[in-house]
This record gives sequence, C-alpha cells and structure tokens, in this order.
Amino acid sequence: MIALVDCNNFYVSCERVFQPRLEGVPVVVLSNNDGCLISRSDEAKALGFQMGEPYHLARPRLREHNVRVFSSNYPLYGDLSRRVIRVLSEFTPEVDVYSIDESFLNLAGFRYHQPDLAAYAARIRKTVLEHVGIPTCVGVAPTKTLAKMANRLAKKQHERVLTLGTSEQQQAALQATAVADVWGIGRRYGHKLQELGLTTAADLAAMPEGWVRRHLGGVVGVRLWQELHGRPCLDFDPEALEDEPDRPSRRHSVAHTRSFGRPQSAPTVLSEAVASFVARAAEKLRRHGLAAHVLTVLVGTDRHAPTAGPKTYTAVTTLPTATDDTGTLTRAALHRLRQLLRPGTAYHRAGVVLSGLEPAGQAQLGLFTQTPEQLLRNQQLMSRLDALNGRFGKDAVRYAAAGLSNEQWAGRRQLCSPGYTTDWYNLWNIRA
Amino acid sequence: MTRLTPFSVTTDWAGFTLPLFACPIPAGFPSPADDHLEASLNLYELLFAHPASTFLARVSGDSMVGAGIRSEDIIAVDRALPPADGCIVVAVLDGEHTLKRLRKKGKSTWLEADNPRYAPIELVEGNNLTVFGVVTHVIHDFQPKKLRTTLAARSRKRA
Repeated sequence: MIALVDCNNFYVSCERVFQPRLEGVPVVVLSNNDGCLISRSDEAKALGFQMGEPYHLARPRLREHNVRVFSSNYPLYGDLSRRVIRVLSEFTPEVDVYSIDESFLNLAGFRYHQPDLAAYAARIRKTVLEHVGIPTCVGVAPTKTLAKMANRLAKKQHERVLTLGTSEQQQAALQATAVADVWGIGRRYGHKLQELGLTTAADLAAMPEGWVRRHLGGVVGVRLWQELHGRPCLDFDPEALEDEPDRPSRRHSVAHTRSFGRPQSAPTVLSEAVASFVARAAEKLRRHGLAAHVLTVLVGTDRHAPTAGPKTYTAVTTLPTATDDTGTLTRAALHRLRQLLRPGTAYHRAGVVLSGLEPAGQAQLGLFTQTPEQLLRNQQLMSRLDALNGRFGKDAVRYAAAGLSNEQWAGRRQLCSPGYTTDWYNLWNIRA
Repeated sequence: MTRLTPFSVTTDWAGFTLPLFACPIPAGFPSPADDHLEASLNLYELLFAHPASTFLARVSGDSMVGAGIRSEDIIAVDRALPPADGCIVVAVLDGEHTLKRLRKKGKSTWLEADNPRYAPIELVEGNNLTVFGVVTHVIHDFQPKKLRTTLAARSRKRA
C-alpha cells in the first residue's frame, strides 16, 4: 500500500504556525514578486478567490473582505517542509518526496505489523500536526494514482484520512471522481475523454485495455489505467500525459520565470533580468549534473490586458553542444532576447527555459566550438563560482551582464513574514 | 604467445603515494588518545533532541525572569513533548504566543508567570488552551553586543 500525505494549503498553514491570529480568518499567499495567489486558506477559498488569480486584480476584493495577504516566504516553507518530511520518515523507510507539500510513503508489507492501516494513517496525520503544526490529508491505496484519488476525497471528509483497502472501496472512489480529476489526465485529455462519453474514473477503468491504448496516449495511458485497477506501475509518470509535443516537458527542463515588480521596457533592465535568470537556471543544472541543448527565452506582456494577440513571446535556440556554462548560456540568451524585444513595449515578466537535458560531461566536441582546454577552464570557473556563492550567499559573485542589483525589476515582497526559523535577526519572537 | 619485454624503471618519488594511517608510525610513543577519538561536541544534538519539532525563539519581556529566562534570551521549544503541570510552555493567548509556566490541578488549568509583578492567568472554563510546545532550553548571551557585531560582520560578508 502507498500513502500520500498532502499538506493542506501549505504556505498559508506555514504562516499560521507562527501567527495564531491567522487561524480561522481568510489568508492568501502570493507567488514570487507578488504576481498571483498561490495558496489560499479554506476561508479565502469560500470567499471565491481562485488559485492563480492575479494579485492586482484580486486586490480590491481582498481588501473588501479583510483578507490577510503574504508574499511567499520560501525559506520558512522550505524549513517546515523538511520538518514534515523528517516526521514522515519515522513512519516508513521509504518516503518519496513529490513536491514541497506532498510525499508518497511506501507502506508495502506494513499490514503484517500494522493490521489497521487506517489507524496508522490517522497517526501519521496526528503526529505531523502535533510535531510541526501543519495539517495534512492522508490517502492510502494500492497505487500512487489511487492514493492521490483517496487524498482528494479525504479533503472533503472530517477525519481527513481515507484508506482504499478493499476493491469495493476503490470502486466507490472511482465512481466519486470525475475523469478529468484523475491524476495525470490533465485538461486536454479530460476534455477528450468527456467527449468520448466518459464521466467518472470508474468509466475509464471499465474500458478495455486496447481502447485505452488507442485513446489515452498509448502505453502511458495504459499504465494509468493499470494503476486505477490497483496494479502499481513503477515507472508511471503522471506528467508524461500532459506533455505536449511543442512544449518541452516540465520534467526534462529547468525553468526560471518571474513576474516583474513593475512593467519594464528598457532593454538594459530586461537583459539584466534575463541574465540573472540564466545564472539561476544554470546553477540548478550544475547542481543536478546536467547540461542543456536547447535554450528558450520568453518575455510576456500584460496577460490581462484587453488587447488581442499573443501575450507571451518566445525565442528558441539550439546550442552547438549541450552546456551548463553560465557564460555560454547568457550570451545565447541575450542574443535571442535582443531579437525578441519590441521598442516601447512594456513587459510584465520574463523567463528562461533550459531543455534537451543530458548528463553533463558527455557532450560531443564541436569543430567550431571550444577546445577541450577551454572547456576544462570553464568548468573550473563554474565550480569556483558555485563554491563562492555557496559560501558567501546567492549572487556574491556573478556575471556583469546580470547587473549590480535586481532593484529595478524585482518585486518588493513587502508583505513577507520574517524568516522565523532561518534568520538570527528575525527569529520568531515570543512575549514573556 | 605473449612476449614480455623488460624495460628499465625510473623511480619518480614525486608521484609516489603511501597509504595514510590514522595513527602515524611514530618515532616515540603513539598518542594514547588515538583509540578514543570521537567527533567533537555538537550543541545541536543537545538542543534538538527532536529536530523536526524543536523551534528556536527570542524572548521579549520579563515575566519569566524567576525561571531564569530573561528578555532577549533564546529558547528552544519542543512540540513533541506533552505539556505537563509545571512545564514552561509557549501557549496561545488571545491570538498571540506567550511564555508561561503551565499549571494543572484537577480540572482547572492556568498559566503562571515567574515574576511577582504578574498575576496568574486563570483560563475560563470551556476555553481550550492551545500549547505550541514545551520549553527545553534557554540560551543566555552574556555579551550580546559582541555576538551581534560578529554576526553582523559575517552577514555583511555574505550580502
């Protein structure tokens, strides 16, 4: 059996741990640079605030309902997430951390010493709540897909824990879940399946395997179908179905995209922003030992402006050899950016996506690219750069192209709570 | 058939490495402490018996001076420990965290300051007391200014 532990409204819950006043009142947390709403308390959801709603549009209503608004405080969320994972790892030797607020726990064979898995799941939830202060939902089922479904259903139940142990329970869960809400189906396939006359997950599970292979992305769809039948597929990748051919897969790319604090039209400022995004993304590549073949630069205008036409402009470039070198990537990105920018246009966001990833160090040398000596020198330069920034803090050493400060384009994040657990100066304060 | 051709060996001492023994082969006595080598003391282990559930906080106010907790001190608060009678706890009072001693007798529960200037806080019946965690340690800094300057210099370097 597999348990999925999902933290409820995680970022809001993190803020509440240190500010009890926020209990029971509507709270939202904004994305990086205060772009949009990314975490909402149940009270805020009840008031109709939507996931991903742009902050500047929601602002008047937030004020009207007296909603408490926070900028995202990632150091705090990261610290509490690590604590939650640590508690979870006391319940099973195998924790698969899926995201900052979701983990799969492998409970294979646990029924021999924990005959009542439902009680065990309830204890997991209780311990996380007591020890870290974060409320969770726990779904237990034979496969990840069913565990995800159980978790979804558990959210609506009072106990917040749901176990799908028997095939009757699994069947009931399949019937209670809309086909578009199955993990991995996504919007595109959701529409398609509904047009084909399927309403619930049970309808999909009842189709023959051949039909699924034909209509649901071939072998990936069959894996999902197997999972719905309670047969775990080890290499099931729920994101594989969502990938569209013209868009690099999220799994196989590294992206850094930000909304600006205020719209920018000066090419120098935009270049500096893009150069610092490249530096971040390249750093991430190196941390994972990867090199990228394809670089995409994107800039976006106001998504919510009434004007017609595209709001996002992208330029893709294929590099002669896969690289993780910040200098090479920056040059390529800035070259593309210059072609992309239209004078006098105000841009609201920009980003860099690195895809075509492969393990670093196995790139074939090009005839007109760097010599092995140059390559080695660059690698050494990058590892020194990472070492220095690791020791003296983010951006202690950087390329001049990234500019001296991000003051021009970064959001102000004025609504950020202090680094309660990560900063000696802003340590959590208690009145005695 | 393989033919072996002998060739002369030049000894390149610079490229020669010897295995390194933890205990160097000494001319005199070996250090009697080598067999008892352990990692140095880690304060973290002491303060964070439960690393997932222990939080540090800075105290402001003097209501717990009698218990040895002064303003500006840093306390370690553990959420994993059950709040028992007599424990110093971080409790939630009127939507705020407060540091007090927990008292339980029979059915009544109250919070006590450790300073004669503060009266005990009786909890109204039916009013559920929420305890954040139990205080396990206090760190008092006898040279706060000095520490601050050191920390500040370090973070300046980082920024």
